[in-house]
Amino acid sequence: MSILVDKNTRVICQGFTGKQGTFHSEQCIAYGTQVVGGVTPGRGGDQHLGRPVFDTVDDAVRATGANASMIYVPASYAADAILEAADAGVELVVCITEGIPVNDMVRVKAALVGTGVKLIGPNCPGVITPGECKIGIMPGFIHKPGCIGIVSRSGTLTYETVFQTTNNGLGQSTCVGIGGDPVRGLNFVEVLELFQNDPKTEGIIMVGEIGGSDEEAGAEFIKQHVTKPVVAYIAGVTAPPGKRMGHAGAVIAGGKGTAADKFRALEAAGVRTVKSPAELGAAMSEQLRGRR
Amino acid sequence: MNLHEYQSKQVFAAYGIPVPTGRVAATPEEAVAAAEALGGSLWVVKAQVHAGGRGKAGGVKLARDKAAVHAAAKAMLGTRLATIQTGPEGLPVDTVYVETGSAIEREIYLSLTLNREKGQIAMIGSAAGGMDIEEVAAHTPEKITTVNIHPAAGLQPHQCRRMAFALGFTGAQIGEFQKIAMALYRLVMDKDAALVEVNPLIVTKDGSLVALDAKINIDANAVFRQPELAKMRDTAQEDPMELKASEHDLNYVSLDGDIACMVNGAGLAMATMDLIKLHGGSPANFLDVGGGATAERVTAAFNLILSNPKVKAILVNIFGGIVRCDLIAEGVIIAVKNVGVKVPVVVRLEGTNAEKAREMLAASGLEVTAAADLTDAAQKAVAAAR
Repeated sequence: MSILVDKNTRVICQGFTGKQGTFHSEQCIAYGTQVVGGVTPGRGGDQHLGRPVFDTVDDAVRATGANASMIYVPASYAADAILEAADAGVELVVCITEGIPVNDMVRVKAALVGTGVKLIGPNCPGVITPGECKIGIMPGFIHKPGCIGIVSRSGTLTYETVFQTTNNGLGQSTCVGIGGDPVRGLNFVEVLELFQNDPKTEGIIMVGEIGGSDEEAGAEFIKQHVTKPVVAYIAGVTAPPGKRMGHAGAVIAGGKGTAADKFRALEAAGVRTVKSPAELGAAMSEQLRGRR
Repeated sequence: MNLHEYQSKQVFAAYGIPVPTGRVAATPEEAVAAAEALGGSLWVVKAQVHAGGRGKAGGVKLARDKAAVHAAAKAMLGTRLATIQTGPEGLPVDTVYVETGSAIEREIYLSLTLNREKGQIAMIGSAAGGMDIEEVAAHTPEKITTVNIHPAAGLQPHQCRRMAFALGFTGAQIGEFQKIAMALYRLVMDKDAALVEVNPLIVTKDGSLVALDAKINIDANAVFRQPELAKMRDTAQEDPMELKASEHDLNYVSLDGDIACMVNGAGLAMATMDLIKLHGGSPANFLDVGGGATAERVTAAFNLILSNPKVKAILVNIFGGIVRCDLIAEGVIIAVKNVGVKVPVVVRLEGTNAEKAREMLAASGLEVTAAADLTDAAQKAVAAAR
């Protein structure tokens, strides 16, 4: 078991024939992901990377039975691409694109309510179930099938966490990069719930950062519903207020969303926190040793 | 992207939101000419900087005659105004805004911005206007009213009424307020504003509503589709280092410390700063070279961080995913050779082709310290800066 994606996930790529779409689709195919086709308007009927190209997501879904989409289209068209995938009945939409205007995402989020579509991202590395399915831009080779669920707002910090849990032998059940934007699809709470219900996941590592209150909401959920050990780190202790730290979502506004607030909320929920990201893997090992 | 008050008020006026009449001036003489053109006997001279808290910092002056207008403009123009929001170095005052004075009965706070928890735009109001709204929120949250706006329905009249009553409006003011609120919401949608703030919205002695101050911040991700507003950007109000970084597509934020960081990924960049602090050092900057880091970009990044004279050591921390570590190493070697780096450089490379990258650095003959892992890297950088 795993969450969100596995060896049966059938993936199409929106923005398939573009530079990013081509490069990362190749990487995903090489990893073993079932990439069954792609979409580029006006290129329908072509072949690309040995897969069929379609004009619309609807065509692609009808022809291939795809149930997941990964999006690499430019920011100005990305909101439309997400909604096109949702309209075509794709269950899991992974939007890698960064720089989408906030107003666009506000509309997308509202439009997805009640559709049952799961959106991951935008501005995220994607989702991977090691050894089965990689949808996104993460380097596949650092992963190892195992028992740790990872959920993170940051790309390279996810890789650090993966690397540590691979090196100490734990491996990962599934890793979900939820993205660095303020308005996004799946959040900590939804992913934590999936991991809690996944029999293969024995422990959860949560990597947050400054800005917003999603980590606090995650902490509250953990307190109420999560029985598996959780280890957490929050990036941005040294970040000054009012400055956007790279990610659109990473800004301390109105005194809210500081790393200290988030660490406090997580500790109050019984989460093992670490002040250095270098200690995430070791802390998880320790937590699991105590249980096994 | 921030707009100046006078620019924000131009936008407000275009949406039919009542603002005092005013004119921009770049010299004391222009300020006097502005006052003459405006007429009347009471003016306000306001320093145009991208920061709040101007009043307490001496950036807003009342003037009852032309000599006072001249004196106020002269005192502000060409100086740097330091407010509670700018830090001690302040921001340059290149223009002042001269406005007709208003007879204020009471002051109200009104803003529209993203409610992240809801994923919707929220309108926030308080009858305790003119004050620092963060103070109000912290100490008397019951004085703040929030309505969340569903993007499909848009701002509704009942939401405007609820806010109007909460703000203590009566009679014709309720309709007047609704017009202003609706216009502000339309502005947020049309112009991709991340924040529109009116602090204060005043009730004048004769009972009408006027936006006495105006602040608009445009969503950085949406500036590309707001060409008219993009022209209003005033780069003199931005940190010169951050401005230079943006020209090279680098994400950079200046900090106070002496250990410069170069990292790929925003989260890892923040974590690297935290690690430096954790091990007793102080970071000089946040710098994310991004996922597509090339030798040119690494060189540009080195140039940038070395232009900060406070830097005593450099920590390069790269987790190569799609980015290959050997390409980064090549960039580091070229940059160190070409730029003439005089401070110690600690490099930690992990991920794709990390082994090859370490060999390249070792064979380069350069004085670059290799670090084994995150902790080792931070400790070595802190030691090198001492």
